[in-house]
Amino acid sequence: MMGGWIFFILIVVVALWFIGVYNSLVRSRNRVDEAWSDIEVQLKRRYDLIPNLVNTVKGYAKHEDSVFTKVTEARTRAMAATAPQDRLQAENMLSSTLKSLFAVAEAYPELKANQNFLQLQTDLTDTEDKIQASRRFFNGNVRDYNTKLQVFPTNLLASMFGFTARTFFDIDEKGPEGQPINVSF
Amino acid sequence: MLTYDHIAENKIKTAILIAAFLLLIIALGFTFSQAYDAPGIVFFAVAFSTIMSLVSYYFSDSITLALSRAIPVKRQDNEELYRVIENLAIAGGLPTPKIYVIDDTALNAFATGRDPQHASIVFTTGILDKLTRQELEGVAAHELSHVGNYDIRLMTMVVVLVGIVTLLADWFLRISFWGGGRRSRDSNNAQGIFLLIGFVLALLSPLIATIIQLSVSRKREFLADATGALLTRYPAGLAQALEKISGDREPLEAANKATAHLYIANPFHAKQKTSVSWFANLFNTHPPIEERIRRLREMNIG
Repeated sequence: MMGGWIFFILIVVVALWFIGVYNSLVRSRNRVDEAWSDIEVQLKRRYDLIPNLVNTVKGYAKHEDSVFTKVTEARTRAMAATAPQDRLQAENMLSSTLKSLFAVAEAYPELKANQNFLQLQTDLTDTEDKIQASRRFFNGNVRDYNTKLQVFPTNLLASMFGFTARTFFDIDEKGPEGQPINVSF
Repeated sequence: MLTYDHIAENKIKTAILIAAFLLLIIALGFTFSQAYDAPGIVFFAVAFSTIMSLVSYYFSDSITLALSRAIPVKRQDNEELYRVIENLAIAGGLPTPKIYVIDDTALNAFATGRDPQHASIVFTTGILDKLTRQELEGVAAHELSHVGNYDIRLMTMVVVLVGIVTLLADWFLRISFWGGGRRSRDSNNAQGIFLLIGFVLALLSPLIATIIQLSVSRKREFLADATGALLTRYPAGLAQALEKISGDREPLEAANKATAHLYIANPFHAKQKTSVSWFANLFNTHPPIEERIRRLREMNIG
């Protein structure tokens, strides 16, 4: 009789633990998804700003067609990308083409004095800042989620229910953090 | 990113604060109803304390903003400030709070509200003028951390609830001391009660001070500094801002004893420098600014 009770209580405790861990995993996963949608809001804002910016620059710098096509192409590719890894690459590509667009603008003093261009430039810088900010929040959530998945004993349950680790959103993979480290003795 | 344990702790402490307030006022009402043999007073006390708790939960932020003479800022008036705060709010995963300004040249800032959805951040015009963008980001991140950690709910309710109790204590003590002589012999009994309550409340005052101390513990400021540094990834920004703030000797006129603990730095710091005894330190709502700067300087965030 006594043994039966102990067994029963043990089952209940284990079941409660399962439920608690499972729910907390779902919560963290949803937090990651929500943070991702925050990034998408900012990315979309950037897509919306680009056509305007390209047209404004075009009005002054008519002979820089190759830059405009590159920016427009990169934008289309980024908007079409679905797989996270492709998306990441396409967004990084877009960021670098935008940099070259602003480099071109440097050569046209009238353009730099254009009120509309200045406003677009501030808006774009602000959007880039917001992408950075939302990216940081996303990566923080991914880190928390992945940590939960990997620690013992949660990892047993996580693999049982098919929770998989997420990848960080790293904007510039060629930055100092992305470089392989060479250590020589 | 945010410290979930700390959030839970703050919510519990707020509940305890409300419960203590309800208990105290109802106990007072009960004592009176016994003395006068009028059960109606208990109902009045219950109603009064319930309404006051609700008011302080929903309106303490408006009360605090009005007490500090803060004016809302429109987006077009200070777009730069809006950008700074929006970006930090995104990085912290919080909704953008409302932004207010106090027209005062002293350097200070605070946050108020009952949760991140109903939060406000207040800056003095002095702090907006004198800090660089990076320093201002540090200050805004510190305030946003108070928002995210639910420090604001507890700290703002302390302003109103503890304020009421302190007022009542003051009131009863005055009645018992000054109203005593003019009464007839019939009300001797009631006088005794007034005197008793006055003394009890007077005895409670240190306890109330302790409650404030508990709720505004220094740990909270250090934690907001640390969380803020995580948001900006640049602890030196806040450290420099604190250096500028501590160098500023001007007291903030709009602050009073009830709202002092809300601010990023003690608004009366002009006087504070001279009192270095441990006793003065005990009743200080803020950790020493030098200590906070030192800790920020030592942080190493990759």
